[in-house]
Amino acid sequence: MIEAELSCSVQRWCPGATGVTSAAKLSGGASQETWRFDITHPDGPIGAILRRSPKGYGAAPTRAAGLAAEAQLMQLAYEAGVPSPRVMHVLTPDEELGTGFIMQRVEGETIARKILRDDEFAAVRPILARQVGGVLAGLHRLPQDKLPKLRSRSATQEIAEFDRDYRSLNWPKPVFELALRWLRDHDPGPSAETTLVHGDFRNGNLIIGADGVRAVLDWELAHLGDPMEDLGWICVNSWRFGEIDKPVGGFGSREELFAGYEAAGRRVDAARVKFWEVMGTLRWGIMCGGMMQRFREGPDHSMERAMIGRRASETEIDLLRLLAPRGG
Amino acid sequence: MQDEPTPIELTKAVADFLRNDITPLISGHQAFKLRVAVNILDLVTRQLTQEEGSDAREVERLRGLLGVNGSVTELNRALAERIAKGEVDLATPGLAEHLWATTMDKLAVDQPNYASYKRELERGG
Repeated sequence: MIEAELSCSVQRWCPGATGVTSAAKLSGGASQETWRFDITHPDGPIGAILRRSPKGYGAAPTRAAGLAAEAQLMQLAYEAGVPSPRVMHVLTPDEELGTGFIMQRVEGETIARKILRDDEFAAVRPILARQVGGVLAGLHRLPQDKLPKLRSRSATQEIAEFDRDYRSLNWPKPVFELALRWLRDHDPGPSAETTLVHGDFRNGNLIIGADGVRAVLDWELAHLGDPMEDLGWICVNSWRFGEIDKPVGGFGSREELFAGYEAAGRRVDAARVKFWEVMGTLRWGIMCGGMMQRFREGPDHSMERAMIGRRASETEIDLLRLLAPRGG
Repeated sequence: MQDEPTPIELTKAVADFLRNDITPLISGHQAFKLRVAVNILDLVTRQLTQEEGSDAREVERLRGLLGVNGSVTELNRALAERIAKGEVDLATPGLAEHLWATTMDKLAVDQPNYASYKRELERGG
């Protein structure tokens, strides 16, 4: 039934389009959905993706940039040569599709386990970390005067926010307390420069092909802050999927990531990257706690959420490995 | 005293039934959910088997560290508060060892296949 609204929509802004086929929901909770579909066109079908909040779900969570900002950022990235899908259309209220945007579908793989294990990606794995460094450098260089309005967060504010999130869970965890102390004691202060930060740059949000990174997705948590945050987040052990000796997404080394970033003309501060890796590990742990809380309070009483709650202990062992490594 | 078979035996029987008899019949998203369900039952079985021993050891260590008595939850809350106040930290004798032992016991139940856990286990538990 979404095909009827999409058909009307594409005929208005895509010259030659006669309708849509094969609409299928890819993912999404109640407030945000992703759909794939094909635009019927005399030159051949055009693969497209819709990201939207259905009608009645206008309010974004506090940390989210909002779908309009996401569309603007992806378009800016695309224009600057950062791998990104082309934004084709921003939804208008009279289309009855809610709020959001339609982008061109980029073919490739997002599932980390496949990227890290399948033969298809064997040739690209050794170059990915360096490439990712270059992509991040391009992203951090996006012109600030063209950015949409975004929240701005320093390390100090982030620590305070995670502290509050953690305490609201009423979930006493000595390892998390220790991590919060460590973060306060090692707060690097304001960064030398503030840039656009993607905020969720990791496996799962990158489309990878046999030639490498084809698109950066999910700009939902984009904000202004310390660019080293993105470098630290992709090193968090939770995104290595078992390949724990390859800190960058399970496919490469920090040295390769840093080299790619610096080859693109930007400087790395390794101590700050480590700080953000610790912060990111705690951040994922607290997010697991949030899943547990939502599972308990409903209405999404799903087994998957329950089990993600139990994954907080993975971040506890990773925090200990970072902060209190055992000998040898 | 409740009758037998024990919760461990019952949970294990349900998990085995779902794994061996039902899994071959189900496909698609329901198969994914079934796998999650079986994982949950396996986790519950591990917890029922191991919790008593690991909680007892944890309480004993916590009593030693804090010098007070209480349930495992109360003692964890107390330790968390002391770390938050800065009264206890990694320089405190026994704290790192306690957190490592407790975390290893948790992973043994939650996620015994987690790579970091397996690596630390190879180091000697």
